[in-house]
Amino acid sequence: MSEASQPLLAHRSALRRVDWSAPAVCAIPVAVVAVMAWMLGEIAWLGADKLSWTFLTEAPRNAGREGGIGPIIASTGLIVGICLATALPLAVATSVLIAEYLPAHSRTVRVMRTLLDVLAAVPSIVFGVFGYAFFALALGFGFSILSGGLTLATMILPILIGSIEQSLRAVPLDMRIAGAGLGMTRPAVIARVLLPLASPGILAGTLLGLGRALAETAALVFTSGYVARMPESLLDSGRTLSIHVFDLSMNVPGGSGPAAGTTLLLVLLLLVLNGALLWLIAIWRRRTGMSFTLTP
Amino acid sequence: MSWPQAAERRAGQGAADRWLAALLWAAALFSSGIVFVIVSTVAVEAIPFLREIGLTRLVSDEGWYPTYGRFQMTAMLIGSLVVAAGACVLALPAGVVSAVYLAFYAGRWSGRIYQRLLEILAGIPSVVLGFWGLTTVVPLIAKVEQPGTSLLAASFVLTLMILPTVALIAFARIAAVPDAYYRGAIGLGFSRWQAIRQVVLPAARPGIATGCILAFARALGETMAVVMVAGNIVQVPTSVFQPVRTLSANIALEVGYAMDVHRSSLFASATILVLAVLVIFAVGRWVAREDAHV
Repeated sequence: MSEASQPLLAHRSALRRVDWSAPAVCAIPVAVVAVMAWMLGEIAWLGADKLSWTFLTEAPRNAGREGGIGPIIASTGLIVGICLATALPLAVATSVLIAEYLPAHSRTVRVMRTLLDVLAAVPSIVFGVFGYAFFALALGFGFSILSGGLTLATMILPILIGSIEQSLRAVPLDMRIAGAGLGMTRPAVIARVLLPLASPGILAGTLLGLGRALAETAALVFTSGYVARMPESLLDSGRTLSIHVFDLSMNVPGGSGPAAGTTLLLVLLLLVLNGALLWLIAIWRRRTGMSFTLTP
Repeated sequence: MSWPQAAERRAGQGAADRWLAALLWAAALFSSGIVFVIVSTVAVEAIPFLREIGLTRLVSDEGWYPTYGRFQMTAMLIGSLVVAAGACVLALPAGVVSAVYLAFYAGRWSGRIYQRLLEILAGIPSVVLGFWGLTTVVPLIAKVEQPGTSLLAASFVLTLMILPTVALIAFARIAAVPDAYYRGAIGLGFSRWQAIRQVVLPAARPGIATGCILAFARALGETMAVVMVAGNIVQVPTSVFQPVRTLSANIALEVGYAMDVHRSSLFASATILVLAVLVIFAVGRWVAREDAHV
């Protein structure tokens, strides 16, 4: 409902009787924001004195009670890197087929989209046991950064495809007609014109997927494993920031200090990611005049 | 937006286009086929359990003592449902009212800020909510009744996880209701709340219901935050202060060390979980289709 349309009429009826619904309705957002502030404030309060350069670079000692999270940051980077390196090309290829080759309302597109929606609805613990049975055992990758990264890749694929397809569809039809008119082939138009124009949207989708990957725990516990040493190869086990928080708060008595520090780092990373996302969406809106739907 | 025919005829010629199309098809079949690989991998691992123990013993056995060959999962099934339902009791009304606030009551800036905050809340990792629940919510509940790790704690943490989903989907559906409905109702002398309650919300009902159904499915599948605050004792809870163990929590707690039939039983419960979520998802879809008829 637009803001412009309601006030004039709504206010006239509000003059007649006091509108008690406003404070009642507004109480809910106030409560939600209060709980969020409580949570984020508490995490900042608990974690702030932990967060230091040495904490970020040192190796954990004494099961993580002392020392830092250097190797954990490295493992997180590797796992997320593998995840994006496999998921992104696959997602771009799938979205280009759906948006540029197949008719928009064809049965094939509908079926593919349904299958991807179903994939997005699968609970993360199921991705975890799948990755354990498939990547770690059947393919023999063991508890490793590789297994974890590939499991996460299957998980974020629908998010990536959804946003990349959306970005390609927002590029005006004229660009395709002009490209064809200049004698370019379709692959050339896609590579030189459409993908560059869609790049802010593609990047926004990538950040969205990155956020999901950073937040994940259940899919990683049985695929990338718990080892907190500095990884030497992609077949080594490595724990992410999220798993570190989980392990410290569940299995290590007296580990809540470093857990709070790691939680704060994780939250800060996600807030930065969120800020970058908003900035990209603003660029996107200016360039295309279209909104960018963040699927919740 | 597919290509206009003439443009496609000109640009879609030559070997390069055919090769690229073949490559893209391969990638697309791979990405849309992954879901089959996932479900079948998990289901195949469940076969030994189905063959040696069978589904009926999930209900008829005495308790969950998998290492002694007793596989009753009723308590955990009930645990999953109760925890998810508890989260919905809080999150659905709060989410719908949040959407109403965004659509009708918020000012230009306050609405935008609240929407951004909901998006941030949706992106908060479950392990972060679990950590906060464990360090803050659980001790508070423990002051009322020990041990603190409980059904209540799990449902409360889950509420925060699914509230943004409900609110953002409901807001999108309410925004899609034609303006004229609201104006018409106001013109007939309805108060703002009456117009929303009796005209706008009923018109948006199928869309809102879909959002709620999806949120319930998410709550059912959520694992880590629940593992951290629910206490994980296998029992049918008789009060909100008692610890519970959900089906997904059970998988996360035991897959690491389970062997043979025990391991297979966990894959069986993962299969049950994914099928349950998919059925709920299909119902959500069906309700959404009803929406399209309106």
